[in-house]
Amino acid sequence: MMADATGVTLTIEGRSVTVPAGTSILEAAKAAGVLIPHYCYHPGLPVAGVCRMCLVEVEKAPKLAPACATSVADGQVVHVHTEQALEARRGVLEFLLINHPLDCPICDQAGECELQDYTFREGRAQGRFLESKRFNPVEDFGGDVLYVTNRCILCTRCVRFMDDVAHDSVLNVSERGDRAVIGKFEGQDLTHPWAGNVIDLCPVGALVSKDFLNKARAWELDRTPSICPNCTQGCNAILETRDNVVMRMRPRPNAEVNEYFLCDAGRLNYRWLSAPNRLEAPLVRQGERFVARDWEHALAEAAALLKGRRAFVLASPMLSNESLYTLRRLIDVTGGAGAFRVERGPEAPLPGVDDLALRAERAANVHGAERLGFAKSDTPLDRLGAGDVLLLVDVGGAPLAANAEALAKAGAVIVLGTTLPEIARMASIVLPVTNMAEEDGTFTNLRGRAQRYMQAKAAPGMARPLWWAVGDLLAALGERAGYFLASEVFADLAAHVDDFAGMSYETLGLRGAVVRAPGRPAEVAR
Amino acid sequence: MGYPHPPHPRETPVLSKHFGDRDAIGLDGWKKRGGYAALERALGMEPVALTNIVKESGLRGRGGAGFPTGLKWSFMKPGDGKPHYLACNADESEPGTFKDREIMRWTPHALIEGCAIASYAIGAETCYIYIRGEFTEPLRTMAEALREAYANGILGRNAMGSGKTIEMYIHKGAGAYICGEETALMNSIEGRRGNPRIKPPFPAVSGLFGQPTTINNVETLAAVPHILNNGAEWYKTFCLSNPKSTGTKLFSVCGNIARPGNYEVEMGFPFQEFLHDLCGGALPGRTLKAVIPGGSSVPIQTMEEAEATLMDYEGFIAQGSMLGSGGVIVFDDAQCIVKQIWRLARFYAHESCAQCTQCREGTAWVTKIMERIEMGQGTMRDLDTLLELSENMTGKTICVLSDSCAAPVVSGIQKFRHEFEAHISGKRCPLRTTAAA
Repeated sequence: MMADATGVTLTIEGRSVTVPAGTSILEAAKAAGVLIPHYCYHPGLPVAGVCRMCLVEVEKAPKLAPACATSVADGQVVHVHTEQALEARRGVLEFLLINHPLDCPICDQAGECELQDYTFREGRAQGRFLESKRFNPVEDFGGDVLYVTNRCILCTRCVRFMDDVAHDSVLNVSERGDRAVIGKFEGQDLTHPWAGNVIDLCPVGALVSKDFLNKARAWELDRTPSICPNCTQGCNAILETRDNVVMRMRPRPNAEVNEYFLCDAGRLNYRWLSAPNRLEAPLVRQGERFVARDWEHALAEAAALLKGRRAFVLASPMLSNESLYTLRRLIDVTGGAGAFRVERGPEAPLPGVDDLALRAERAANVHGAERLGFAKSDTPLDRLGAGDVLLLVDVGGAPLAANAEALAKAGAVIVLGTTLPEIARMASIVLPVTNMAEEDGTFTNLRGRAQRYMQAKAAPGMARPLWWAVGDLLAALGERAGYFLASEVFADLAAHVDDFAGMSYETLGLRGAVVRAPGRPAEVAR
Repeated sequence: MGYPHPPHPRETPVLSKHFGDRDAIGLDGWKKRGGYAALERALGMEPVALTNIVKESGLRGRGGAGFPTGLKWSFMKPGDGKPHYLACNADESEPGTFKDREIMRWTPHALIEGCAIASYAIGAETCYIYIRGEFTEPLRTMAEALREAYANGILGRNAMGSGKTIEMYIHKGAGAYICGEETALMNSIEGRRGNPRIKPPFPAVSGLFGQPTTINNVETLAAVPHILNNGAEWYKTFCLSNPKSTGTKLFSVCGNIARPGNYEVEMGFPFQEFLHDLCGGALPGRTLKAVIPGGSSVPIQTMEEAEATLMDYEGFIAQGSMLGSGGVIVFDDAQCIVKQIWRLARFYAHESCAQCTQCREGTAWVTKIMERIEMGQGTMRDLDTLLELSENMTGKTICVLSDSCAAPVVSGIQKFRHEFEAHISGKRCPLRTTAAA
């Protein structure tokens, strides 16, 4: 948070920090680099102030203050780790644990559980509860959500998300006292298209994903910043992998795009990234059969095919800007054309967040493809000229928009794919490429925001990012090339495409940046 | 004995003067007794002048906290362009308290008049009277009185012909102790779950429907017409001890006492004489052992403390407790303190709204430990645990329900530790009030 002239200056744990008036002590502490333990507070939800975990000592205040619900004041002196504050939080932790089943060994949340973390940091070493624990059965909340009642600490984040963000009041606090549980209103289920966010919001293992249930332990997972590829919104996401398999996709906060959220359709559509039927080597046709070759020979044969012919690219809206840029260069070199088709589905907004929805166009880079001069069409092969070399791109995540009749028009077919669909078996050359989880790259979302994603898992066999294969193809055709990193392709793109001028992977960072003149197709300089 | 009892000569009946007088219930009878003169006069005055008179009188909130009423009214800024609200707290859910019930049963128009004056003083055109759902008879009486008041032009768009608007609604509670807490009460009126709200913002800034709101107890509001009629100086004369506590106070007395009922005395009245003379002392053959003097949420007093108490806000604090709501619960030597405190803790555990961790879990845990001790299965370590839990339940939550559960436990262990220890060492209740498990 930036200090400004109208800000309030206070001291937290001996560190001076200036924040805008009205900021909570908890947020001010974050700005000062101090984590105040908390459960019910979440920056994307209204303040509830009920878990009482964030109690801190404010000098001259008569009693401990809840940091989430107390505004900063000039000259305030806040202590987070004094004995009095620690004792209060130790008390909260003890109360939270008396009825908790302590079933960490079989709980999906273990390893990323705030109840574990804070108990480890600040809790009592031993319990004093000699009575019997309360027991409630597990409940199916509908959608992807299971409610493990006994683990619940009643922070009400889930209730507030459904009420104030999803605007679909399905959840409530039922009963009183220690009988209280999260309840569902009669006849309702968590069927809202964004309801799965309650799983991420739950600080403990009370709301768990059916999809992820008992699949992996949190500490086995590698986490990679990524972009959800399943629609044009471009929600920031984290791909979580184990042994080269994507196990789960979760939201990564970005205030400009998706705040803290990810829709159910997006988060649950990740299995294709680890599909088993992958192409692992370049294939070259010899009579009736394909023969595996090394890249050098396959690319030489592809270049020979392209010499003196127009390239028509049936692109995929799942391709990165980098890959699309190299394809665009190939089109320009050969005087060809490119088009793509995008799948559509019903739009599903999240009403509590401005301009956030599961978008109708279900692919990551529709806008990037259009900007780089690819025509969006339901029948993208209409403009395929007789005798053109058809470059058929299939990087998964979207069905191939080709039919045998159209393919027959082509002079030759080169497949750049992750798999080899039946319809493409008449290709002359098949080049194995990576999907978005296996490469670095950028997508451009519907508001023109270019956003990076990182490689989350290894490519199968000899598969390469498409920009690499096409870059080498350009080189084989005598064109300027020699890309070794996605960042170099992007730098070349930024140098030659107006809209991206001045951008680099460094300037994009992990939040992205809006390309110039949104909506206008780009001019590509040769 | 029947109710109401004939006033004891040492009582000072102001609010209770007409208790038992069926004629005073209706509008005609009430007017004959001087009713609505104060309202008529008030409507011709400046609101700030009313607030000043109440400030001057020293009237303090009779619901339990004892906050100065005039000061509370002065937080409201009439003419700030926002709708203001008055909420009359008639939830009277504090165990051992039944004074507001009698005000509403016998003198409903006194409350309506007080509400109307207060509404005008704070710039509110709308007043909600939030009545506890179990109060079926007071609800009927109040509804009929409200109908009469509207029918006779006392309330409405032209209250008593003044051109001022005072609308009044009765809201029936649905049965939760916590709805007597002012912010939970507001949530309940708004149709939400009766959970207390975080303060700040205080109700005077953002209360009912997010607008400036004042919440006053029934007894507080019923005293206002008397103060206007007789003047602040008159009200201040009802003071036998500390000048910060003025006026008369209704005490509801129940438990092991010869003459239970409502008694109205001047602030500062000696508690010893109150218990023994007015209320008749212990039942035959019994001796008094302890008193909870201000509703179940205040610390328990030993008889030595009680008998040294002067009955006002400061006097009860000086003797280890609080005036609270004025609900006096008396225990004699046949009662087991452990069992009584267990019973109270069980009440709080049942009524906790479940928002705050300490209260939701703490009240239930304390109840379980108290039960175990009463059943003869406690240990000495349990007493330390109880005291430590109580410390963690005090001053750390949104409202004071959690504190209220801790108060009798802590004071019980401090003042009647020998009874706890007898349960533990003897492995049963010495009075055998509860069968061994």
